[in-house]
Amino acid sequence: MKKIKSPEELKKLKTEALERLYGKEKIRVRVHMGTSGLASGAKEIYDFLRLELEKRSIEADVIGTGDMGYSFAEPTIEVKRPGETPVVFGNVDKIKADEIIEKYIKNGEYVDGILPVNYQSIY
Amino acid sequence: MPREKMQIIVCGGTSCNGNNGEAVIDNIRLELEANALENDIRVVRSGCFGLCTMGPIVKIMPGDTIYTKVTPDDAHEIVSEHIMKGRKVERLLYKDPEGKKPLTTEKELTSHKKQIRIALRNCGIINPENIEDAIAHKGYEALATVLTELKPQDVIRIIKDSGLRGRGGGGFPTGLKWEIAYKNKSDEKYVVCNADEGDPGAFMDRSVLEGDPHAVLEAMIICGYAIEAHNGLIYIRAEYPLAVARLKSAIQQARDYGLLGKDILGTGFDFDIDIRYGAGAFVCGEETALIHSMEGLRGEPTVKPPFPAESGFRGKPTNVNNVETFACISPIILKGAAWFAGIGTEKSKGTKVFALAGKINNVGLIEVPMGITLREVIFEIGGGIRKGKKFKAAQTGGPSGGCLTEKHLDLPIDFDNLTAAGSMMGSGGLIVMDEDDCMVSVAKFFLDFTVEESCGKCSPCRIGNKRLHELLEHITKGKGTLADLDRLKNMSLVIKDTSLCGLGQSSPNPVLSTLTNFRDEYEAHVTLKKCPAGKCKDLMEYFIISANCVGCTACARVCPVGAITGERKEPHLINPSICIKCGACMEKCKFDAIIIQ
Repeated sequence: MKKIKSPEELKKLKTEALERLYGKEKIRVRVHMGTSGLASGAKEIYDFLRLELEKRSIEADVIGTGDMGYSFAEPTIEVKRPGETPVVFGNVDKIKADEIIEKYIKNGEYVDGILPVNYQSIY
Repeated sequence: MPREKMQIIVCGGTSCNGNNGEAVIDNIRLELEANALENDIRVVRSGCFGLCTMGPIVKIMPGDTIYTKVTPDDAHEIVSEHIMKGRKVERLLYKDPEGKKPLTTEKELTSHKKQIRIALRNCGIINPENIEDAIAHKGYEALATVLTELKPQDVIRIIKDSGLRGRGGGGFPTGLKWEIAYKNKSDEKYVVCNADEGDPGAFMDRSVLEGDPHAVLEAMIICGYAIEAHNGLIYIRAEYPLAVARLKSAIQQARDYGLLGKDILGTGFDFDIDIRYGAGAFVCGEETALIHSMEGLRGEPTVKPPFPAESGFRGKPTNVNNVETFACISPIILKGAAWFAGIGTEKSKGTKVFALAGKINNVGLIEVPMGITLREVIFEIGGGIRKGKKFKAAQTGGPSGGCLTEKHLDLPIDFDNLTAAGSMMGSGGLIVMDEDDCMVSVAKFFLDFTVEESCGKCSPCRIGNKRLHELLEHITKGKGTLADLDRLKNMSLVIKDTSLCGLGQSSPNPVLSTLTNFRDEYEAHVTLKKCPAGKCKDLMEYFIISANCVGCTACARVCPVGAITGERKEPHLINPSICIKCGACMEKCKFDAIIIQ
């Protein structure tokens, strides 16, 4: 990787990173893996999702992030289907993760345990 | 693309459930079945919408329509009108309290959501181990602006104008702190990030460092530029291994990308950051103790002045800020001081992250604007008290703070109001207590902590807190007298006045505030020798009501010390001299025959 030598290069890198992250519309799953998430088993869910999505030939980005603060419902994952608003699911175990793949990721059907967005973003 | 299927989401949060939410779900399902729609339209339960006072909530997708205060009887109208005919049920839409204009969609309602994420803006959004993710989400953009367009004085003015105050507890204006450090000329200066989060129940700094470490790094570089320092140190507790690992990887990546080190972004400004580990001593969150600990000395505070801004790390001017304070810096630069100052109350600007813990339904982290009321935090965002019990008190500020009671529920939360109410903002831990909590025991619990954590340098804190703890111990054992209550108060005031640092000056707060707000409970302990909440083991006795006891022997079998005797099918008896008050018998009894006296 090369050093960023000027604000312009930073801007360019930002555009490239945005393109890489969001340029192509595909399914994106964020697994919240801070201490609270990991303590409740988020790593297993992360591995499970990566493996199963590939097995079931669903093209998706699975990203590990920090916690959202939903400690009461960890592990939590956020799923974004192309063109739709992201949906967060709480208390995800492997059975729930399987249900999410089969119902929500494949067909857009909701499953129990959705956590509504309860905050405003600043950007 | 096939038309999006219609789906119904019903809030399954505890508060909505308590308001007939289950019956709403059942009735909607029945209505759908009656119209042979049950296979086409899914009904699912969601977590809390954070709109508990307006519950139960029903949301219909697509279209994002939100219905509030839905009763089981409304199910028919929702299904027959909205689902079958596509007509919204106007009377169930949420009305804006001011404008009376119905807000139909969740998106519109979002502007009414109480939480605003500034410090937590990227937590849960970016991959913290990939700097490019952070850069894509405006990471280091503020740094570029600062280094190319602003002079150090300009940065300080922006931070001053924003009204940002230190989020670690004291609430000292951050801009002023930076200005003092800037004005103290020296060949070397230091920027220190205080990540020694020690309050029981607080974990906001950990979440920021785990979710968005670059926010802190960027702000430290900005601070370095503003006060003309070239070295940054992060003092973090070693008990946060994940935060340490992510921080380390973030620092390494920032160096690799040229965002730390020499000639940052080609502007000629040098800055580098190192990590120092704390061993978990609470007192090291105090800035002078923290600096001593970083120098390899004992973590003991010294008298201020000299302030760290004059003589800090290695005797050089040092600016110490908390993680959350740093996390607010970059949005202030990008969105402007006026934007930040527009959020919050007159003297406390912006937002505050709180860690909700204790007897509350939605335990976790929230970020709310200053000036929000405790009622909104606990009953709307927090989803109310667990198991529908009654709210008793909320402890803010951890062991240095005090408790807020029912009469404070509508008090706007900010630095000054909390101090006036006998508590303090602290780092943002908020522990909720219900009717089953004994306030004397709560005060004792926090004293336990301070006695353990006192560094021992000054006598009021070392000896005084120990004596306070002993008095509380006496009271909870039923050996206290009314005179002890006055002694508690006097001693607390002396400790507050004479201790060397913030730890001792604030450690009696839990005692003082519970003594003020719950004096009746203290009095019950010393005069009646009773604990109203039934928590103090020495003041209670388990007792079997013979009229209710059928002699099933379940209690006798579960008793670990054999304190219960009695023949089968005859009322049993508990021998109080053997009973250890574990409560196992009470849990086991199916006939409500065992009570606490």
